[in-house]
Amino acid sequence: MNIHEYQAKALFEKFGVPVPKGAVATTPEEFINALSQLPEGPTMVKSQIHAGGRGKGTFTDGYKGGVKFCKTKADAKEVAGKMLGNTLVTIQTGPAGRKVQTIYFTVASDIKKEYYLAILLDRNSSKPVIVASTEGGVEIEKVAHDTPEKLIRVLVDPAYGLADFQVRELITKLGFAGPEAKNAAKLIRNLYTAFWETDAAMIEVNPLITTPTGDVLALDAKVSFDSNALYRHPEIVALRDLNEEDPKEIEASKFSLSYIALDGNIACLVNGAGLAMSTMDIIQHFGGTPANFLDVGGGASKDQVIAAFKIILGDKNVKGILVNIFGGIMDCNVIAQGIVEAVKEVGLKLPLVVRLEGNNVAAGKATLNASGLKLVSGDTMADAAQKIVKLVA
Amino acid sequence: MSILITPTTKIIVQGITGDFGGRHAKLSLDYGTQIVAGVTPGKGGQFFEHAGHKVPIFNSVADAAKATGATVSVIYVPPPFAGDAILECVDAGLDLAVAITEGIPVKDMIRVKRAMQGSKTRLLGPNCPGVVTPGTGKDSHGGCRIGIAPGYIHKKGHVGVVSRSGTLTYEAVFQLTSKGIGQSTAVGIGGDPVNGTSHLDVIKLFNADPDTHAIILIGEIGGNAEVEAARWIKANCQKPVAGFIAGATAPAGRRMGHAGAIVGGAEDTAAAKIAVFKECGIEVAVTPSDMADALLRAAKAKGVTLS
Repeated sequence: MNIHEYQAKALFEKFGVPVPKGAVATTPEEFINALSQLPEGPTMVKSQIHAGGRGKGTFTDGYKGGVKFCKTKADAKEVAGKMLGNTLVTIQTGPAGRKVQTIYFTVASDIKKEYYLAILLDRNSSKPVIVASTEGGVEIEKVAHDTPEKLIRVLVDPAYGLADFQVRELITKLGFAGPEAKNAAKLIRNLYTAFWETDAAMIEVNPLITTPTGDVLALDAKVSFDSNALYRHPEIVALRDLNEEDPKEIEASKFSLSYIALDGNIACLVNGAGLAMSTMDIIQHFGGTPANFLDVGGGASKDQVIAAFKIILGDKNVKGILVNIFGGIMDCNVIAQGIVEAVKEVGLKLPLVVRLEGNNVAAGKATLNASGLKLVSGDTMADAAQKIVKLVA
Repeated sequence: MSILITPTTKIIVQGITGDFGGRHAKLSLDYGTQIVAGVTPGKGGQFFEHAGHKVPIFNSVADAAKATGATVSVIYVPPPFAGDAILECVDAGLDLAVAITEGIPVKDMIRVKRAMQGSKTRLLGPNCPGVVTPGTGKDSHGGCRIGIAPGYIHKKGHVGVVSRSGTLTYEAVFQLTSKGIGQSTAVGIGGDPVNGTSHLDVIKLFNADPDTHAIILIGEIGGNAEVEAARWIKANCQKPVAGFIAGATAPAGRRMGHAGAIVGGAEDTAAAKIAVFKECGIEVAVTPSDMADALLRAAKAKGVTLS
């Protein structure tokens, strides 16, 4: 689960990670009140959406930049008026962009130097890893590719936690000295505590900055959480912003379906994540384009299949549907009956290819054939994929 | 032989009184698997009864292991309690814990894995379909089925199958069986980013098992476990190996169902992994329908006959 920058910074403050002073507004009327909480002077105006690349993004009305520096609070108020309610397109939002519903004003800090700092899971060692670099404020993927020696990695032993010598190692390698070193050490320790205590999946601060007065601040904040652990963090669940999620994905999650919209025109409905990914792949292999990832889970009950069809048909790009079910434990005939009822209930008009395999498959295929529905049966995944690609061509 | 388990392996079911655990305990008993004990704290002394079987229930894994001589446990308990259930197996000194449970917090698994360091217990999973060593009876009956895989699709034979994904494992096994090719053991290692047994761990076991003559290695986007396994195969494994990587069409930055299946960088895309497979002499299945055929190609190239 992702949260907004302003929410992440509130979390940082709670754990003692310093951030520039800021205030939030969700309506133009709130701009004045929000700005009154900040001192007069240079102010940042930051669009709050769950996507990166905001600063270099463009609004759909042509206005450039979702994050802007303003010399005065009056300028900030004017700029905020152009962003709020406008739709911001960045490299991460896709062409549709995201509507900006919250503006975050912050004091524009005096920057001495920018750094990069992140905490996430290192899959190879199954331990948390702190990644830091003196190259802050730029894309970290570029740093990793061009100058990998400038990435500092510190693995944290979960049995002990972040050790002082490891903090010293980070401080030294990042080149901090004097009061900066002391402040940075405290910030790193507190950020690690925030990561561990909140079951965060990733915390990224880019840039982390030093100021001419020796302060160390998190200028930006990107935080995501492990969705498996949300049951023990109601305070984090409360931060969820449904406006930032695809309505079809929200609907899918209500039926324990895992759905992700893609750009193609062949929808798929599959049981199991690995098989669902492979079904997308095989559609593409035979020249089609998948419209979605959809895993109905191991069971594939009738209610789930009906919900899945409704979600699929909510995507106007869909020109055909491929159902691929490996009924291992489930009786294929029960699944076939679910498909027939679902198709009748939603009044499906589009081409449908069904590939059923597994337990009691003969009865399942008989049920599909006897249904009078206009559907095509596929024997193998390859056969089914070729048939649906041909039907939508 | 086989790896990890044999038809005589004695098994404990943690969560046997739950719907999910109970249902799969029954299917395993029907398959002929030696389910010798159940564990549900507070229900010790009761029995789990099914089709003439009367499986005693214990309050703890240690009690169950002591009374029955079981060396393996399968875990179906809900996510908040699953980490604890795994550690109970470690404490009881079991050889293998198979965690089927989906949705365990990553932090719990980080701590569990650290706590297991130096213990004799191997963990398979979590969020995995389990492991099957097929038997010699009708529809591979008489084998050892731990977890949620359909037993009947298997056939006793000499191909080892390893995968993160359940249904993709079934797909591979079914393709093999349909061609009359049997399996030594089929292993699902699970779709979570922190798991107990890696692709490489299983590949090493298959390589050392004289009864396994060829291997299907199924991977997906995210992480570098498949690459690690492939490089080891190139250096150490003479057996024919076929590979498949799921997720060629997955967009970067989106999790495809499995918490681990996410493209983060250039090295964990399907294309990058497939390139490494080829470089390491692994015959790549061009589609998921091609897995058994790819293995036949690999076997032919090495002069190995499969049955």
